[in-house]
Amino acid sequence: MALQDKYKELTDAATAAGISDLQVREQDNVLYIDGTAPSGAVKDQLWNIYEKIDPNFLAGDVVMNVNVNVAATVSKVKVTTESSNLNIRKGPGTDQPIVGKAAHGEIITLISQSTPQWWLVRTDDNEEGYAYAQYLTPEA
Amino acid sequence: MKLTKLLMAIAIVSTVSFVSCGPKDADIQTAVQAKINAMPDMVKGATVEVKDGVATLSGECKDEMCKAECEKAAKEVKGVKSVVSNFTIAAPPPPPPAPVVITADDPLTKGVTDATKDFPGVTATVNDGVVSVTGEISKANWKKLKMALDGLRPKKVDGSGLTIK
Repeated sequence: MALQDKYKELTDAATAAGISDLQVREQDNVLYIDGTAPSGAVKDQLWNIYEKIDPNFLAGDVVMNVNVNVAATVSKVKVTTESSNLNIRKGPGTDQPIVGKAAHGEIITLISQSTPQWWLVRTDDNEEGYAYAQYLTPEA
Repeated sequence: MKLTKLLMAIAIVSTVSFVSCGPKDADIQTAVQAKINAMPDMVKGATVEVKDGVATLSGECKDEMCKAECEKAAKEVKGVKSVVSNFTIAAPPPPPPAPVVITADDPLTKGVTDATKDFPGVTATVNDGVVSVTGEISKANWKKLKMALDGLRPKKVDGSGLTIK
């Protein structure tokens, strides 16, 4: 229970922020926080609190798997890479061949969220494939 | 002589009136409350109200058996004519949480490869669900990478071999 005390501010915030399907479990000296955030801002808020408690994320005692809920109505996503183009691949994995590219800042069509990591997308040039979800931001 | 008779009369009248009224509601209430309180761990916030010999019980019982026991105990108290039970039953305790599911090493390794691709300064290895990250990385990128790695459901992310620039 010691970890739950250490990260109480974080788990309290997760509860208060309305994380759905929230699960807080301590197992083998690691605190697992799972759930779905109503928005990217809420996820960022939780990570900022986590960062406050463990500034360099080096304690290795938390695994926070909080995804952002993307409404079923969302059909457009923006490419939010640092600056480069985003690879679109044949399958969900970096070992898959590249079938197209989307430019930084480009708005493309979201077909489905195949996994939390890889989303199936289509560009305006009709290039269809999987892109890494970390670089995609849903358009409201 | 007259005085003795008078006293006797008073004594009889008071006895009769005492019997006809039975114990006072307040006394019954105290007795019932004491009996309920004597059953710890069973009832939370038990209250007893007695009016004209009718005892109304309320509070939260842990189960049906506890409720029946309390009602029986209250009925046994002298002066209680009937018992109205407003006890609620406590919700059963929630089931224990399911154990955390850790991603198997093969899919986890694939996910780690994908996640670290854009961070050329770091190397990550997977062993029995534990992702060990070594190398050099900026603070901001490490936060991004940690988010991505945590999303793969590893057992643990060990960054102790990292140099944060």
